[in-house]
Amino acid sequence: MYRYDEFDHKFVAERVSQFRDQVQRRLNGELTEDEFKPLRLMNGLYLQLHAYMLRVAIPYGTLSSRQMRKLAHIARVYDKGYGHFTTRQNIQFNWPKLVDTPDILQELAEVEMHALQTSGNCIRNVTADQYAGVAHDEIDDPRIYAEIIRQWSTLHPEFSFLPRKFKIAVTGAETDRAAVKVHDIGITILINEAGDPGFRIDVGGGLGRTPIVGKTVRDFLPKQDLLTYLEAILRVYNMLGRRDNIYKARIKILVQSEGIERFRELVEMEFALLHGGSLDLPKSEIARIRAYFSPRAYEKLPDQLEEGMEASRADSEFDAWLATNTVPHKVSGYAIVNISLKPVGGIPGDASAEEMEAVADLADRYSYGEIRVTHEQNLTLPDVRQKDLYDLWLSLNISGLATANIGHAGDIIACPGLDYCALANTRSIPVAQNISRRFADMRRQLEIGPLSINISGCINACGHHHIGNIGILGVEKNGEEFYQITLGGRADDNAAIGRIVGPGFAFEEVTDAVETVVNTYLSRRSHENESFVEAYERLGEEPFKEALYAAR
Amino acid sequence: MPLVKNKQITEDSWTHIADAEDLPFDGSVIISADRWLTDRESLVHRNAPVGIRLRNNQSPADVAVDLHRFGVIALEFPAFKDGRAYTQARLLRERYRFEGEVRAFGEVLRDQLLFMQRCGIDAFEIHKREDAEAFEKAIGEITVFYQPAADARTPVSASRVTAVASWAY
Amino acid sequence: MTSKVVTANRLTDGLVVYLGYAGWTEDIHLARRASDDASREELLALAGKAVSDNEVADAWLIDIEAERAVRRRERIRAAGPTVRPDLGHQATRSA
Repeated sequence: MYRYDEFDHKFVAERVSQFRDQVQRRLNGELTEDEFKPLRLMNGLYLQLHAYMLRVAIPYGTLSSRQMRKLAHIARVYDKGYGHFTTRQNIQFNWPKLVDTPDILQELAEVEMHALQTSGNCIRNVTADQYAGVAHDEIDDPRIYAEIIRQWSTLHPEFSFLPRKFKIAVTGAETDRAAVKVHDIGITILINEAGDPGFRIDVGGGLGRTPIVGKTVRDFLPKQDLLTYLEAILRVYNMLGRRDNIYKARIKILVQSEGIERFRELVEMEFALLHGGSLDLPKSEIARIRAYFSPRAYEKLPDQLEEGMEASRADSEFDAWLATNTVPHKVSGYAIVNISLKPVGGIPGDASAEEMEAVADLADRYSYGEIRVTHEQNLTLPDVRQKDLYDLWLSLNISGLATANIGHAGDIIACPGLDYCALANTRSIPVAQNISRRFADMRRQLEIGPLSINISGCINACGHHHIGNIGILGVEKNGEEFYQITLGGRADDNAAIGRIVGPGFAFEEVTDAVETVVNTYLSRRSHENESFVEAYERLGEEPFKEALYAAR
Repeated sequence: MPLVKNKQITEDSWTHIADAEDLPFDGSVIISADRWLTDRESLVHRNAPVGIRLRNNQSPADVAVDLHRFGVIALEFPAFKDGRAYTQARLLRERYRFEGEVRAFGEVLRDQLLFMQRCGIDAFEIHKREDAEAFEKAIGEITVFYQPAADARTPVSASRVTAVASWAY
Repeated sequence: MTSKVVTANRLTDGLVVYLGYAGWTEDIHLARRASDDASREELLALAGKAVSDNEVADAWLIDIEAERAVRRRERIRAAGPTVRPDLGHQATRSA
């Protein structure tokens, strides 16, 4: 993974010092809240319902065990013993004191971390595929480009006061595991017909009030033009994005109002003028960053999942966990392990300091000290030897981290909602908990097969409900909590926005409604292997509407 | 309002003239770009220095042909959160090679000064006196830069090449 | 009968506070109530002063009825996250 050099260390140290000064000036009244707010937001510090909230950046979701231990330490010393992993691969602490934040940032800087640009109208954490570097189907490691973009976007003087937040995602595989189609800029690594490596650039995707799948602005961009092209897009957005209405300020609105052809013209004109300039990315620089992500010295091991593990596979719980929580690794004899942070009835994405430390220890023992944070609020150990899987599972089990529900009904994504968030209209966590408990039976989850359930407590859609197979959006109606259900969302290469199925459900009714939807699928699927979303696409919404509303 | 130029609070030799005001006979004046474009015929003959104010939704291209006539171009930050003038400043410096003064006016606060300077702004009508006094400190708070801009500061990429090169010897 | 109280987040630690009779309190039950226009104006003035004195980040009026906040959001602010009864003011008060 990327290691800070002397320049990076100096930078974060200066940044901490600058923020310390800004906090001091706020505390002594030299800065008003209005003047301080964009400054604290640029350092990831929100003011939420109960307290401040600090969002720490985990660049493209990659974390070392040392960093994870520091996060546990911060949770314990400065917060209330836990943190929350988010749908953008970051971590949030819910109870830091303003007066402590400079010290927290200083401690983070010690392990090469920061909270820069995790909020505010600037370029945010660049997210990537959580299996970067280890997945079978990868063309190139997206983290290389995510790191290059991260550096370029750090305190960019021209783009720190954009019309609105700006989110970029990079995917390096045939399958999109970074939801690039619903980002402001989505970057897909590919090889063109001539065999040259480069990128497809999509623009104007997003969720929230006006969910929309991004449009391709450039089919093929040579690698050396990456930063130049991004600069062109950001410049067009900075000048033309709306600033009169925060609900119309994202780039997706600009792309829609100009139309993709005109938008492309504007970008290409600017790009032509910038082309070949100081942002040209030489091969040597790509190689320099690539060196930080070079493959490990893997052992030469046979693929042994089929045989050689009979003894442990006799343990049916382990076997079930193997099936749901592990993924084939590109190197023979290794596996990618997902750790679910969705225990039955638990708070999705939350981890206690003890759990973080347990994961750090296991990463050291079994995964070369490296951990990934997924955008589904789970964790991943990317490089586990297959022969260690059983022992790893035993340890995970002891720590309560072996819930075998990845990608299934229990693996619910939920934003913090009205329990924590000042923007929320309704609670989302208890909805997740109720659904989780209703589907607690793992055999049932397996019978249902792959299913994503995403819950957002308001239209800002931090739970990514639009791209859940079953999406749930909380709305306030007459002071009561109501939940709209959407169906058919997808986050993959066939990205689709879910469709509202009908009138909303009260808090007490949602769990039953979700179960009705699932049962409808089970009774109507053409065969066992037709997934929920495939069945929905074939059947349309009618059978689900009927099942949900016929009685009403 | 204090004007900071060359890192110090200085006398402002320019005067802003509103569209409704008559233009004084002499003296260095800053008028709106719209006024320049409307009255260009007569203004090109003015003997005293002229500068223009661009609205932040105006393109520098609108006045590109006359840039050499302007001693100063003033860019507006109607609210400090409105960052369009950063782009205008960079375009003036990097694309149009404007060499006169580029000044920021409007809501110009301490914590935006370094960004402004990096974008090529070299004069600042600073809102608060204490921010003007802290100018040099403010722009010195960060010394590592991750991207090229309109200023002469070396971005990290170049420093890194030098660092590597120096170990080679 | 609805009355109004002032609530805010304390500047130094962001915690939820209410304007009481002797400064800010974390307990909504000890908040100073206003049931007519005059006392409401007075509360607003005190709130404004607290903001400019940098005691709190921002302050606003909320409705109270029968000893608790009317809006769900404010009830949650007063108590703490519904999913963590061990956190927030609900935890310290039940002690």
